[in-house]
Amino acid sequence: MSSTRAPLIGQPVERKEDYRFVTGTGQYTDDIVLPRQTYAAFVRSPHAHAHLRSLDVAAARGAPGVLALYTGKDLTSVGGVPCGWLIHSIDGTPMKEPKHPILAEDKVRHVGDPIALVVAESAREAKAAAALVEVEYDVLPAVVNPATAAASSTSVHDIAPDNICFTWAVGDKAATDTAFARAAHVTRLSLINNRLIPNALEPRAANAHYSPASDSYTLYVTSQNPHVERLLMAAFVLGIPEHKLRVVAPDVGGGFGSKIYLYAEEAALVWASRRVGRPIKWTAERSESFLTDAHGRDHVTTAELALDADGKFLALRVDTIANMGAYLSTFAPCIPTILHATLLAGQYTTPHIHCQVRAVFTNTAPVDAYRGAGRPEATYLLERIVERAARELAIDPPELRRRNFIRKFPYATPVGLTYDTGDYEATLDRVLELADVRGFPARKAESERRGLRRGIGYSCYIEACGIAPSSIAGALGARAGLFEAGEVRVHPTGKVTVFTGSHSHGQGHETTFAQVVADKFGLPLEDVEIEHGDTAKVLFGMGTYGSRSLAVGGSAIVKAADKILAKGCRIAAHLLEASDEDIEFRDGAFRVKGTDRSKSFAEIALAAYVPHHYPIEQLEPGLNENAFYDPPNFTFPAGSYVCEVEVDPDTGAARVDRFTACDDFGNVVNPMIVEGQVHGGLAQGIGQALLEGCRYDEESGQLLTGSLLDYTLPRADDLPNFLVQTVKGTPCKHNPLGVKGCGEAGAIGSPPAVINALLDALAPYGVRDLEMPATPLRIWQAIEAVRGKR
Amino acid sequence: MSLQIRLRVNNNAVTADVSPDTLLVTFLREHQHLTGTHVGCDTASCGACTVLVDGIAVKSCNILLAQVQGCEITTIEGITPADGSLHPMQAAFKACHGLQCGFCTPGMIMSAIDLVTHHEHSSEAEIRAGLQGNLCRCTGYHNIVRAVMQAAPIMGGAKS
Amino acid sequence: MPNLSYHRPSSIAEAARLARDDPDAKLLAGGQSIIPSLKLGLLAPSAFIDLGGLPELRGVRLEGRSLRIGAMTSHAEVANSPEVRKHVPALAHLAAGIGDRQVRNRGTIGGSLANSDPAADYPAAVLGLGAEVRTDRRAIPADSFFKGLFETDLGRDEILTAVEFPLPERAAYVKFPQPASRFALVGVFVSLTGKSVRVAVTGAGPCAFRVAALEQALAKRFAPESLNDITMPADALNADLHGSAEYRAHLIPVLTRRAVTQALA
Repeated sequence: MSSTRAPLIGQPVERKEDYRFVTGTGQYTDDIVLPRQTYAAFVRSPHAHAHLRSLDVAAARGAPGVLALYTGKDLTSVGGVPCGWLIHSIDGTPMKEPKHPILAEDKVRHVGDPIALVVAESAREAKAAAALVEVEYDVLPAVVNPATAAASSTSVHDIAPDNICFTWAVGDKAATDTAFARAAHVTRLSLINNRLIPNALEPRAANAHYSPASDSYTLYVTSQNPHVERLLMAAFVLGIPEHKLRVVAPDVGGGFGSKIYLYAEEAALVWASRRVGRPIKWTAERSESFLTDAHGRDHVTTAELALDADGKFLALRVDTIANMGAYLSTFAPCIPTILHATLLAGQYTTPHIHCQVRAVFTNTAPVDAYRGAGRPEATYLLERIVERAARELAIDPPELRRRNFIRKFPYATPVGLTYDTGDYEATLDRVLELADVRGFPARKAESERRGLRRGIGYSCYIEACGIAPSSIAGALGARAGLFEAGEVRVHPTGKVTVFTGSHSHGQGHETTFAQVVADKFGLPLEDVEIEHGDTAKVLFGMGTYGSRSLAVGGSAIVKAADKILAKGCRIAAHLLEASDEDIEFRDGAFRVKGTDRSKSFAEIALAAYVPHHYPIEQLEPGLNENAFYDPPNFTFPAGSYVCEVEVDPDTGAARVDRFTACDDFGNVVNPMIVEGQVHGGLAQGIGQALLEGCRYDEESGQLLTGSLLDYTLPRADDLPNFLVQTVKGTPCKHNPLGVKGCGEAGAIGSPPAVINALLDALAPYGVRDLEMPATPLRIWQAIEAVRGKR
Repeated sequence: MSLQIRLRVNNNAVTADVSPDTLLVTFLREHQHLTGTHVGCDTASCGACTVLVDGIAVKSCNILLAQVQGCEITTIEGITPADGSLHPMQAAFKACHGLQCGFCTPGMIMSAIDLVTHHEHSSEAEIRAGLQGNLCRCTGYHNIVRAVMQAAPIMGGAKS
Repeated sequence: MPNLSYHRPSSIAEAARLARDDPDAKLLAGGQSIIPSLKLGLLAPSAFIDLGGLPELRGVRLEGRSLRIGAMTSHAEVANSPEVRKHVPALAHLAAGIGDRQVRNRGTIGGSLANSDPAADYPAAVLGLGAEVRTDRRAIPADSFFKGLFETDLGRDEILTAVEFPLPERAAYVKFPQPASRFALVGVFVSLTGKSVRVAVTGAGPCAFRVAALEQALAKRFAPESLNDITMPADALNADLHGSAEYRAHLIPVLTRRAVTQALA
């Protein structure tokens, strides 16, 4: 702290960005209309799997308003959509990496696969013309179910005849098997981690423009990471010089992972904008979002947990099939491997863990990171199997967890991670108290009086955030660094603009980062402005995902701010005629230690830009610094959740009545924003558990949940009020802010708590298992199935 | 066929010649450049396009411009005071952190204003039910409900 | 769509003439179902005949022992109508549960009935109360109004003008919503008038239908226990992602029991 005013860090400061959002003056991609704007529509495959026999585009080309029409043949000189992560199979062979064409070449591989791009004077004309493109298909059988994809006689890609992309494993198999051999008890569980469709409320959109004047492109796009988009587009797809492509991600209406990736539509627009000679805009309709946004989860898993007679975990064995969809999306291969299998220790001292992951291609939309990305899959299976073991051994579920908690840090797991710090007992103790677990029997009795069954369920999660140390990521297959960049520009008047590579699309960076910098310099919050989302303004960035923004992006900013202060000290030393070592920055001013001589932050800024009396031989003028921060380790947020549900056994309807979350995020900069992040994560996690499930027709590969009338997004009355508390936790030991990340926790920790609660409620009926989403139909069927057996 | 439509938008008289299938939201966003009203879906499910027609909340993606001939339309821009201050509902959303990405926010605020105007003493459950027509993917609604509860008495005060 | 015309007639007669003269024209009420179909390209009429300019089609009136609701009365108006709330609170409750608030502000009873969506709520009330559908040329009893999936007894150019609901002694509507759309997965409307019991179900078949077995059991004694031993056959019931035919068959008596309990409360 450097100011006498109360620190802003730790305060629930209202968000700086909110004025524009509550007044409707935010600027989202679709709000941007460029001079001579044109509009695009895509012709998409109605089939999950088919050869393109012929394409007749004559009628569409001649339709009113049409300016251009392109098909896969026009784009043969262009690269495919690249994949940013390379996984090697157990046998050492690299994953199968089929080309993902921008527009389909000879084959379509999922419903919605783009075939042609139509550019017209209006969106309506483009759409009407797209409907006139006549495509003849030779329809092929579709591979839909990931569990049977490897056994299918149909291949999604020729280079992967058995539809297997890779078979990867982590952990010591022999040691794990040995531990199982001496187990007193083994708990087994098969489950599906249901496929989800992210549904950020703003549909994907892009507006691409080529300027002959500067021979350069500008792309406005709904992206979580504009620099990554630019890099991939320039280096792998279009071969445009990187410095001739500016990518702007303006206000973005939510991402949750789905806007990390480079998508075919964006590349097609940039490519076409030069040929058409006018800016081209495309905004997805929601039905297109359902078909083409990268989906999430979709694991078919079997797991076994070995325990000794005291309930100590001896070993965990996991076998997962992960659905990649029809093509490899940008980060797809790392999700079920690096971000899933390495989290299987959870909060526990399980000494031996082995996990095998088989990734398969299917004729469905690509699957990639969605809020939590791999960690919800790990947490769900682990917290389900732990709770099942507790039930089987008649041990109170929190007690079984407690017996196995990691208590000494740093802790090296058997699956490759080293947890720097944590206190799992603290969050568990706190959540049991907050959730009033003691009052549960009374609430249960009260529910019974109303004919309802009440259940309670627990979940203790851990996640690896702050992605990621580049060297580790590189060793694990990343084709990019995962550092972050920041720049702090002090203006002559002492006001500050901060440039960050961490795009904000709901996370509140414009406020949180400003709190950090304002405290650093002892400035009022309004003197600090945060800029993000424009490759022409921000020096570089790896973007926003994996709960990394404050831990990695914030740390880069802190590093740059430290450089500002270091330089400021040298300027002050000159002005105050003291030696550099005698200057300290304290309470918003540069001071000569032990004296009352000082220069304010603004005075030093002015001196840097008006260097009349300045150590010009030693120091450059100006006060602008940048920094790159590469984290030395992941961060490990953790917490404990308790869920209470009420089930109507006559209809199968279930509702979350109470949800209590207690999280350890290390230090917290803005508790209001952090709580909001947890709320949002909980909503998506409860959504996964009870409401949301992507379903394709098993035969045809048609998307059955292709609109908001069939895919259930949580609405206000589907959810309870949440009781969310952040403990004064264990600060991260290796980043300057001591922060861990909070964006995904809710979505990671909540699904098993909900399902565990449902299974508790339904235990009297003999129901032992429920698939997510546990819809009324499924709950009723589960009760009936057991009834039928009796 | 082109239709001549007269209506009022945020207290201004507006005349437009449009094709009959023009949606109110298209007119607001593309003709009037009032881009605070958003489009989040194509099935009238999300409510991001909610505006007031003669003081009553409707989904502007699900109504033809022709159907609001002669009506008074109020959008998020229309409730924002010119002096840089905020409508009580906007202020409550900001104070309660009732928004994150901001995309659903204008529709949510217009819907909440309608809810509070027509159901002054709503309970938490009634507010949740009353916001059924508006999807938010970020907040989990917790803080939105708080914001509506906070704004309601202030708006009531403003009315009397 | 480029050639779409729009008419806003100022009398029912004019509306009827416009409909008669253009076989591809579509009557437009609140538009809450038609406009989504238009946007999705499922519908391409030559013209819309907007009934929004006909005040005589709006409003709720008590006429002797029945409630007359104009076709263009919105769901919100029905839900909030003091007459409806007093005389047929079950109908007000039903209207208050249709779609969401914005939809209720625009959607109309006439539009809903003419559309006859298999999962709409109003058909259950019309059938469950034995209402009469009035058009510009005749009165259609509820029992012969619903003909099938999106199909009614209305002629192509016939204009639904009002619905007359007889006042029941007791009535209730219980809906089990489809989780995503909030349409009725199954909805059951129950009424008791004199000795006559009606049980109408929506969401479970191609259109709303009555269930004789439930009605007979309740006619003997209007109490939830009367239904304890009754099961519904699943054949011919709707089945989709959200509910199998068996599930719907199970829900019908469950919801009917609840409706009877509410009607007795």
